[in-house]
Amino acid sequence: MSDTTIPLIAADGTPLKRKLAQSLMRSRARAFGLALPLLAFILVLFVYPIANFLTQAFYDARFATLMPGTTEVLKDWDAVSAPTEEMAAALVADLVVSKKEKTIGKVATRVNREMSGTRSLFTKTARSAKKLEAPYMEALIKKDKDWSDIEVWQAMKTASRVYTPAYLAAAVDLKMLADGSIVRQDEDRRIHVILFWRTLEISFLVTIFCFILGYPVAYMLSTLPARKSNLLLILVLLPFWTSLLVRTTAWIAMLQAQGVLNDLFVVFGLASDDDRFSLIYNKTGTLIAMTHILLPFMILPLYSVMKTIPPSYVRAAKSMGATNWTAFWRVYFPQSVPGIGAGALLVFILAIGYYITPALVGGQDGQMISNFIDFHMRKSLNWNLAAAMGLVMLVFVLFMFWIYDRIVGIDNMKLG
Amino acid sequence: MKTIMSLTTASVLAISAGTAFAEGSITAVSWGGAYTKSQVEAYHKPWTAATGNTVVSEDYSGGLAEVKAQVESGSVTWDIIDVEKSDAVRGCDEGLFMEIDHSSLPNGADGSAAADDFIPGSFTDCAVANIVWSTIFAYDSSVMANGPTSIADFFNLDAFPGKRGLRKSPKANLEMALAADGVAAADIYEVLGTDEGVDRAFAKLDTIKDSVVWWEAGAQPPQLLADGEVAMTTAYNGRIFNAVASEGKPFEIVWDAQVFDVDMWAIVKGAPNADLAMDFLKFSTATEQLAAQASYISYGPARKSSAPLVGSYHSNASLEMGPQMPTAPDNFSTAISNDFEFWADNQDELNERFNAWLAN
Amino acid sequence: MALDYTNNAFVRFDRVQKSYDGESLVVKDLNLDIPKGEFLTMLGPSGSGKTTCLMMLAGFETATHGEILLDGVSINNIPPHKRGIGMVFQNYALFPHMTVAENLLFPLEVRNMGKSEREAKVKRALDMVEMGDFGGRRPAQLSGGQQQRIALARALVFEPELVLMDEPLGALDKQLREKMQFEITRLAHNLGITVVYVTHDQTEALTMSDRVAVFNDGVIQQIDAPDVLYEQPKNSFVAQFIGENNTLEGVLEDIKDGVALVKLDNGDVIDAKPVNVSAKGDRTRVSIRPERVEFRKDRLKKGAHLLNAEVLEVIYMGDILRTRLNVAGNSEFIVKTRNAPDQTRLNAGEIIEIGWQPEDCRALDA
Repeated sequence: MSDTTIPLIAADGTPLKRKLAQSLMRSRARAFGLALPLLAFILVLFVYPIANFLTQAFYDARFATLMPGTTEVLKDWDAVSAPTEEMAAALVADLVVSKKEKTIGKVATRVNREMSGTRSLFTKTARSAKKLEAPYMEALIKKDKDWSDIEVWQAMKTASRVYTPAYLAAAVDLKMLADGSIVRQDEDRRIHVILFWRTLEISFLVTIFCFILGYPVAYMLSTLPARKSNLLLILVLLPFWTSLLVRTTAWIAMLQAQGVLNDLFVVFGLASDDDRFSLIYNKTGTLIAMTHILLPFMILPLYSVMKTIPPSYVRAAKSMGATNWTAFWRVYFPQSVPGIGAGALLVFILAIGYYITPALVGGQDGQMISNFIDFHMRKSLNWNLAAAMGLVMLVFVLFMFWIYDRIVGIDNMKLG
Repeated sequence: MKTIMSLTTASVLAISAGTAFAEGSITAVSWGGAYTKSQVEAYHKPWTAATGNTVVSEDYSGGLAEVKAQVESGSVTWDIIDVEKSDAVRGCDEGLFMEIDHSSLPNGADGSAAADDFIPGSFTDCAVANIVWSTIFAYDSSVMANGPTSIADFFNLDAFPGKRGLRKSPKANLEMALAADGVAAADIYEVLGTDEGVDRAFAKLDTIKDSVVWWEAGAQPPQLLADGEVAMTTAYNGRIFNAVASEGKPFEIVWDAQVFDVDMWAIVKGAPNADLAMDFLKFSTATEQLAAQASYISYGPARKSSAPLVGSYHSNASLEMGPQMPTAPDNFSTAISNDFEFWADNQDELNERFNAWLAN
Repeated sequence: MALDYTNNAFVRFDRVQKSYDGESLVVKDLNLDIPKGEFLTMLGPSGSGKTTCLMMLAGFETATHGEILLDGVSINNIPPHKRGIGMVFQNYALFPHMTVAENLLFPLEVRNMGKSEREAKVKRALDMVEMGDFGGRRPAQLSGGQQQRIALARALVFEPELVLMDEPLGALDKQLREKMQFEITRLAHNLGITVVYVTHDQTEALTMSDRVAVFNDGVIQQIDAPDVLYEQPKNSFVAQFIGENNTLEGVLEDIKDGVALVKLDNGDVIDAKPVNVSAKGDRTRVSIRPERVEFRKDRLKKGAHLLNAEVLEVIYMGDILRTRLNVAGNSEFIVKTRNAPDQTRLNAGEIIEIGWQPEDCRALDA
């Protein structure tokens, strides 16, 4: 029939489709308007600062800004042939300016990161740079013979890159050479990869322990009558309401050599008095304390999922002839998987970023990658390297999410 | 004694005067605990009494991250900050601190010019030293009757079995390791400047590595000793002194191969009350104030002219403070002066190496 | 099918008691024999103990006292999975992470049945409930009625001799429910299985069961075939609970030749069949089904007592007419009459006389 092709018209004469789109648009705009403050908040105070900070992982314009002439000349140098007089002249000119502007400290710190021991070379040379005369290369070497070392110039060339993979390389124990090639870090300075692996190992173990300890607790909570389970839930949440430091300090009192646990071991003859267990200031301490602290993050999603599994499923399985174990394993457990997924992911990701607890009870082999990010943030002030390590972590966590999505499915995760 | 008397009067005055004509206020940031208390008693109260300006005291746990954040974000709230020398130098390099004209510092009480009165190494471009502190090692004399006497004993697990406490940082540890290995105090940094020297220091540390409990905060070592967690530990001398003097702990300090350094006042670049802070800096590093501080904590005054004025412990008149100082002649013969230049040049590499050594 | 009520009951509750808190009994001294092949319904209000009885039989609750026997063997100490009892749950309890076929395979797999046999049985069970094409679906993709069928098939697939059903039709709408009622009874009788069915819906109980046990307060009030239960309730709880019912209160005057003379509270005297009253002067509650009330004198026996009644309202319901009367002070007295061509139509406000056969009017406890 012919009228099937004529678009339907709303009462005011506009086509029905457009009218519908308009009305939907309005309600969408309203919904978006409601979410706007939060969106703005997240963008301004969360996404922007983090993104901004993370750019430091590969952006460092300090040397290029403060030593513009040298940077320009170094660009054309192949990093293999002997340093030229032109380079020396540009360097001296820049040093004079930076001494006057009092920026020499920043320059020296930057180059020192590429080559240890060059900081004083720069500060000392800058102090008398004004008096140096052409030929500058000779004058520099006369001032300090280290200037004849081609590695100093190579370090400067590396430092002069504005966009540099050097920090990211350093975050995974690689080293960028002046010619842009990347090699492995010297063996006695490789630390980050070991730490990434250890962080993974600790996070993985903590997740497993939380699961083993948390699953029965969550199951018990979900089967108890509401009044009792609410009371017990408060006990589960208690660690949340205690300051992290208080909890950690309590663990120190519990676990140290002269602590409660070791005293008990000695009393029961499990350890001799002069050979007590090392339960703290090592990996064991980190594992125990982190498992305790992260346990609620496993129990809560498990509990909220288990509470929605009616007891009739297990009963049905048993009525059909399944033993307790079969009923649990084939019927109950698969239905609690979304809770396990959520809990494990939550614990794992929180564990990866943990740092106060390992810092306090971790000793030498219980340290995690975050402790080193903290170290570079607060102590060495190498924020670029901290950002690079943070970026590696972030990429890794996103990768974990991706793996999780592939294996379990992200929409198969239930937090409550 | 006299100093204390006059101080007490001054602080009473401060209370009455302070409210009457309070003109301004500065924020002074320091390490907290007994150390900040000694500064409040010796610097802040007298300054308030003398000028009417008040001091707001804040604590921090070292490092330059907060200062860097304040300066880079342009919202500086701290005026003056007590920093380790290495941080004073680095903060200056990074443009976090104001440069200081050292010639404007007052002469010593004995009339000597400031440049002569302060002990060597007290001035950096951006900071002025106030005290000398030291990393020493200590043990519990109630546990070890015949305790260690030298740094070699610290590394001798056979003669002195038990755990060792060490700061989780290469600083001081590498120096002490070389000293224990027989390097003379004066040659330490020369040896450490070579790869072989660094290897040698780490090799020495290797001998006790498995028995080490690592500490990070200054409050930890006395606690580790008190808990019996370690048999001996390196520590800041003031912390051990405090545990002995005010808590009656039976700790003994071994001064052999102590690594001493200065703590310094630096003024944050862009500080809201920079002029007042500078006035406070000059006031607090004067002879009397530095001497008065020594009554509260066993860190030595950075001015030579303060030494004769050092009295006894503030709560125990029979405890003379002079012999407790790192700079006391009996303690000082094998002392190693921390070489900030060496550390500024090499700390990145040595930190990495130390951390890798720890992790493996 | 002829049921054997005399010998060797298939299921026997022997003096069973159940208490959850040690203070009150939820089931009090239950004795019940269920012969093989019977469709027995446990009917009662919530909290009457019927579900507890079912759960004890299934093995999910333990009896506090007494014994439960299955085929002559005490099953008190046999765990649920060894009892071999099929069960359909209120919300079906279909495993959401398995397909329909996997759900049905489950009881066969745990019995280590061979693959080909398993699949043949699953196919047969699905065909039985007319769901042969749905084996690959997930339970969530099925409608309520379809889920019901699957639950039924799953309870039957391992061929249990006894199947328990706990309000299995509660979640369905009226039409589906009636259809399923019919199908369940048909299946049960075709397969010759014994069914213990729990419901609080009396229509369901009456239409489906061989016998109905009416529970109240932890005690079986009456256990009988549906018609007996309806027409000859043994006490006023059963009379009230099953079907619609008119009650009049009064005092027992006399019992003569098996007929009780009851003096109602307004002074009228009526005949009734004495059921659980005996002593003269007892308070009694007489009960008459609405469809047994007659207001055409020509249909009543001679000498029947008549009562005056005022017509308050006539409700037209299509197949029947519902007339609300005021009888002896009870203004909720209902009379149901068939909407037949010769039926007298009453009008509101009319005063009429009503009566009934004495055997339809039962004098029960007050």
